Amino acid sequence: MSISRFRVLSTPYEQAQTDRRRRQWDKALFVALFTLPGMSLFFLFVLIPIMQSAYFSLYDWNGFGPPTKFIEFDNYTRLLNHSIFQTALVNSFTLMILSLTIQLPLALSLALLVGRGKLHGKKFFRTVLFVPYVFSEVITAIIWRYVLSPNEGALLNALLGAVIPNFQPVGWLADRHTVIYVLFAVLTWKYFGFHMILYMAGLQGIPADLEDAARVDGGTEWQVLRFITLPLLGSTIRLTVFLSVLGSFQQFVLAWVLTNEGGPVNASQLIATYLYKFGITQLKLGYGSAVAVVFFAITLVFSLGYQRMIMRRDYAAN
Amino acid sequence: MRKYLFLMLMLVLSLSLGAASAQEPVTIDWWHISTETSQAAYWQQLADAYMAANPNVTINITVLENAAFKQRLTTVMQAGDPPDLFQSWGGAVLWTYADNGLVRNIAPELEGEWKDSFAAQAALELFGQNGEYYGVPVSWGAVGMFYNKSLFEKAGVEIPTTWDEFLGVVQTLKDAGITPIALGEGEKWPGHFWWVYLATRLGGQEAFLKAYDRSGSFTDEPFVKAGEYLKQLVDMEPFNAGFLGMTHPESEGVFGNGEAAMMLMGQWAPDAQAQYSADGQGIGDDLGWFPFPAVEGGLGHPDDVFGGGDGFAVGANAPDEAVDFLKFLTNEENQRGSAFFLVPVVKGLDDVFADDPVMQSILTARDSAPYFQMYYDQFLPPAVGSAVNDAVETIFAGVASPEEAAQAIEEAAAMELSQ
Repeated sequence: MSISRFRVLSTPYEQAQTDRRRRQWDKALFVALFTLPGMSLFFLFVLIPIMQSAYFSLYDWNGFGPPTKFIEFDNYTRLLNHSIFQTALVNSFTLMILSLTIQLPLALSLALLVGRGKLHGKKFFRTVLFVPYVFSEVITAIIWRYVLSPNEGALLNALLGAVIPNFQPVGWLADRHTVIYVLFAVLTWKYFGFHMILYMAGLQGIPADLEDAARVDGGTEWQVLRFITLPLLGSTIRLTVFLSVLGSFQQFVLAWVLTNEGGPVNASQLIATYLYKFGITQLKLGYGSAVAVVFFAITLVFSLGYQRMIMRRDYAAN
Repeated sequence: MRKYLFLMLMLVLSLSLGAASAQEPVTIDWWHISTETSQAAYWQQLADAYMAANPNVTINITVLENAAFKQRLTTVMQAGDPPDLFQSWGGAVLWTYADNGLVRNIAPELEGEWKDSFAAQAALELFGQNGEYYGVPVSWGAVGMFYNKSLFEKAGVEIPTTWDEFLGVVQTLKDAGITPIALGEGEKWPGHFWWVYLATRLGGQEAFLKAYDRSGSFTDEPFVKAGEYLKQLVDMEPFNAGFLGMTHPESEGVFGNGEAAMMLMGQWAPDAQAQYSADGQGIGDDLGWFPFPAVEGGLGHPDDVFGGGDGFAVGANAPDEAVDFLKFLTNEENQRGSAFFLVPVVKGLDDVFADDPVMQSILTARDSAPYFQMYYDQFLPPAVGSAVNDAVETIFAGVASPEEAAQAIEEAAAMELSQ
């Protein structure tokens, strides 16, 4: 091949290819540029800490100075054999199941009632029912500590005492068999309003003529609800289930304050409160990291699985 | 002319710079847990006085409730950012901070006159190790039994001096329809007072020090027996309703409202029972105090005292002014002024409680104790202290036997104390 004195012009085909390559390059650059701030924060505050936790979890470390005492998987062995961690797992799952079977149906029925029912004073109820969600978790917990207190004159015992003759005040937060249900009741009080609002928003997106058409065709109210409204509300329901499950797992503040750090006798310990109590307050950060890794694995498996299998069609619809 | 002006300007500038470096502004962050209004006001008053005398110093006070303080301090310590001055009970918790360079050694400032001014030298030792000091006590007291005189009179009982007599008093009070004991076991440390006092009466200094230096164990007889004695009491159901879920302030309220006859508590109780009572007054002159009953056949001296006190530790990055301010806090005059809520620790104040018999008896108990047993949950490393509190709670809840409780404590101790 001789060296041409002239610059060879590219063929139209080559030209097109170069253009395409440049466009692709431009696009990649464009994407990189716009995701850079988000990605760097994600790396800095999510990915790196997760990897650090995994690393710390292999050490016996009190959190001061760099970890030096490598103990392989001892933290994990201890964790899985610790009866209080098992209690915490069971409690977290109990909260999750109760949320799905009681809290969400309650929120949905109230949404149907105040969102589209023919109830008088709908707006009033809508506001009132949403109020608990606005309180911070700490304030909610402190208010309820007063309500549930066994001391003289505390609200709940006083009310029950007024209705039931010979009623003995109950230490609602002092019984290790029932404390988890009391915690659930307070969590429900706080969070059903949030789910109710989501359902109400979902209901507004359902065209009224669809339901009217079903009624014209002779459908009973129950049938309209069962075959028209609920299926059309599907994506909202799937979303609230997702939020509710993750919320139950991540619950910390309200439980911590309401039950005095997971008491009595660790009967109301949840995964997150267990992590804080046995990891951080006892200055065992290696152990705490092991809890965090297990915690992360559980929520990750659930999130990915749920999104791939159940919420996929909701994403596809968009 | 211009030249002169320039020179004069330079002169003024350099002078003002010199003045500024002598009066460099300094900020002291101070965390304390005296939430009660008059107590918080007293600390503020001392800070104001110090700032007035030292205009370059600014003291920022953060007031936190006890439990909230412990949580927040743990967090800032992990982050390596301690406050300049903060509440401390001394012991292993403070020593852990010291081992990790989070507190400042104030021995150079302390040695000499300041150190000699302390009457409670044993208390001071808990704020240091190996010749170093990281803070000083401001109050040192004793845990003992507070009781309601009018409820005792109503039930017709006398002050018990032995454990058996004490159980008798509990029974008589119960029979008279009076709740014998107020307890906020939700926070766990109030219950550990009971168990440790029994262990101290049963095993004395020797049993504890042996378990601590690992030549003995927390499964040794006195510790198991302490659980058994405690179980005797728990089985009588002497506590206020729902005590397992109740916080310490709530239980102070129960006692302060006159709804329970006794409370095993430290020197802050006279104020706390008033602060948390419904009318803010507490039980007033009905308040009495007696030492924890002796246990028949126990190896500990009946006058041994369990308790501790409060002090302030100095953070690693604290300016010299923080140490100076701490010295100011513990001078005789300011210690005298603080006696309305603290038990002073410096010399020359034997007369402060002349007209307060309850505080006077606490002071006497403290100063005449052959052995002073520090709070386990402060003296021992956090993981062991926490295991003690958790294990004792299981006895109160009746979910574990005294042997199991002792075993749980020993497991944590074996892991943490051997190092």
